[in-house]
Amino acid sequence: MGFPKNHGNDGVRPAAVSAAGWGWQHSGRTRKAIADLNLTIEPGERVLLLGPSGAGKSTLLHALAGVLGGDEEASEFGRLLIDGRPAAEQRGRSGLMQQDPDSQVVLSRLGDDVAFGAENLSVPREEIWLRVHESLDAVGLNLPLDHPTSRLSGGQKQRLGLAGILAMRPGLILLDEPTANLDPAGVLEVRDAVVRTLDRTGATLVVVEHRVAIWADVATRIVVLEPGGGVMIDGSPANVLNQARRMLIGAGVWVPGFVPETRSRVNPPTDQNGGLRGTDGSVLLSASGLGVSRRRSNRRHPVTPVVAGLSAEVRAGLALSITGPNGVGKSTVALTLGGLLPAARGEVVASAVLHREAGPDPFAWTGSELIARIGTVFQEPEHQFVTGNVLDELNFGPRRLGRGEERVDDLLQRLRLTHLTAANPFTLSGGEKRRLSVATVLAASPQVLVLDEPTFGQDANTWAELAGLLTELLDAGTAVVSVTHDEEFTKVLGGRRLHLEPDRVVLEALA
Amino acid sequence: MSTDVTAAMSADMSTDMSTDVIAVPRSTGWLAHANPLSKLAAALLLTLALLLTIDWASSTVALVCELTIFPLAGVSIRALVVRGWPILAAALVGGYGTALLAPKTGGVLLDWGPLVFTEGSLESGLAIVLRGIAIALPGIILLASTDPTDLADSLAQNLRLPHRFVLGALAALRLVGLMIEEWQTLGMARRARGVGSNVGFLGRFTASVGQGLALLVQAIRRATRLAATMEARGFGGRQRTWARESNVGVIDVWVLTAGVIITGASLTAAIALHTWNPVWT
Repeated sequence: MGFPKNHGNDGVRPAAVSAAGWGWQHSGRTRKAIADLNLTIEPGERVLLLGPSGAGKSTLLHALAGVLGGDEEASEFGRLLIDGRPAAEQRGRSGLMQQDPDSQVVLSRLGDDVAFGAENLSVPREEIWLRVHESLDAVGLNLPLDHPTSRLSGGQKQRLGLAGILAMRPGLILLDEPTANLDPAGVLEVRDAVVRTLDRTGATLVVVEHRVAIWADVATRIVVLEPGGGVMIDGSPANVLNQARRMLIGAGVWVPGFVPETRSRVNPPTDQNGGLRGTDGSVLLSASGLGVSRRRSNRRHPVTPVVAGLSAEVRAGLALSITGPNGVGKSTVALTLGGLLPAARGEVVASAVLHREAGPDPFAWTGSELIARIGTVFQEPEHQFVTGNVLDELNFGPRRLGRGEERVDDLLQRLRLTHLTAANPFTLSGGEKRRLSVATVLAASPQVLVLDEPTFGQDANTWAELAGLLTELLDAGTAVVSVTHDEEFTKVLGGRRLHLEPDRVVLEALA
Repeated sequence: MSTDVTAAMSADMSTDMSTDVIAVPRSTGWLAHANPLSKLAAALLLTLALLLTIDWASSTVALVCELTIFPLAGVSIRALVVRGWPILAAALVGGYGTALLAPKTGGVLLDWGPLVFTEGSLESGLAIVLRGIAIALPGIILLASTDPTDLADSLAQNLRLPHRFVLGALAALRLVGLMIEEWQTLGMARRARGVGSNVGFLGRFTASVGQGLALLVQAIRRATRLAATMEARGFGGRQRTWARESNVGVIDVWVLTAGVIITGASLTAAIALHTWNPVWT
């Protein structure tokens, strides 16, 4: 791979970045988000920024993008310069892409959204539309200019965001975990679009990402931030990955070729000729002729199910992984199995072992009946936070069930949340939020655990903890249903895979 | 390794995609090409004129004219009924109440115990029904034929309203659709924590209150992220250019002329037929 062109095409002048003793403290925080950073990035460099969560990677990116200014009470230390001038005053020199695809879209028509940034920079009208076409072409979005942005997939939305950034002709492209919420196809889509645009413009790149393999071939330099402040390691990807491999693994970075070690199942059920061995796994939930939809059906307006004619069983001590392409209805199936959506066709039946006199239809259970039997962990942890601090959050389930809170201490320790008991759940890091959301559901001791993309955007440490915890639960006889794109995760859990395709369903046993 | 169960499935991608209330298919009608401001002016003029008087003549003339130009908005009458039935129902209820309570002048048409309708009271009731529909229709025509983005463009470019507020409001409007979806997800996510229940009116009501607060939190967080995206795209400066030009053309002369003619015809009809009945008398 050659070094990127320093003299960009398309009128882009690659930007230089320099930080001198730079730091940032958000208002109301006792600790600085980032401190004593000394770093110089030459024009045209492609930097992969790594570091444990809480090292201030996102804060640095936001500061470079000039969007930290809204916090009046915050304090800034040292200097952060783009092309020798303060980053905050360099409107339009950089473009930032964030994690959440829905927050990247500003306007409702594709072309207008791409034009938005260029308009704000007072680019003349004729020039704007030339740039819109070029940018859409560069990211490979070949759709009409009046295509509604709400109808794009996650990967397309991120590419649209990239096109909007390109239309501004920034010398510095900042990507903050741009692929964390995407399926494997979406990840490649976005990565390739970024590479194409860099080759074309020669712009400087700074990307934050846990999964090194995605960017290892693109980056010309890896910078690892120290949690306390400053730079830990800085060098070419090959050197950094060789010398600091162990350290990076310790920090939870997904180094290429590395799969975290996890506790494997002690006594996994074997599946021979499609049948299960002896005592393993009594049936807890069974679905027959199941059709699912997020829309409510009524007698006059029956809905067309997203998935129809599905039959599956959820067994104690056995994992069921639901896989398949985006938009095929995986989450909808899981929510229906979890008693959160009514079956659009067919039925979901809880066995007597599970329902314990609450009735066979999980959707008809009360909230308390549900959480003691089936626990569902949503993709976005924030959706499930219902109290103001971590401890209350964990006690919430047991209190509703009138149970003791003895399990809570165990979960706090197990998921490394002990030091956070007084913290507001919304202020936690991504990994902490994920661990808390799993712990809150487990606190009610459900027999069936349903998880929607539990490993999306997680660092390797949280990943390994989750996987280990789930194999323990499986050994103890809990059933685990997970919707996932994560092949490694599916492999660790074992059990069965329910693979959904637009035209068929395949159920198979995993070795 | 065994492979079993192969079942037929139908995939409907659109049900899993996000909804956007303002990205309904763009109107292809003739009126969609007019400047939103001229449509707004014409609609306002007619609406204000009809508000002045309560009589059947002006309302009938206005209503007939409105229904005549309605196809130009690019909306079928069927879609109009589907979208506008609450207004129709409200107008009918209002008319019924007026006919029941208005002064009983003229010959008695129906005398059924407490239900008494006379020629005079029925005329008042009819006037209320027609007026209600005639006042509502210009607004519906305006909304049906106007894209919110175009309206924002013309408010900022032609009317010179501050672009930061106009575009901020437009971006916020787009979030409304996302919030509808978020509401559904939150309901399920909270039930999975044991909050509220599907059972009983009271159970659902109390669950909704907490869910509303949670939605507010999510709305603010999403708005904050969107604001960062907009700021990172250079939004917030004093100057900006516009990729879409909001033009005023010949079509707008027609729209304004039509507005003036319909308003004039309505008022003339009321005066000529001696039904002019101003609200202040």
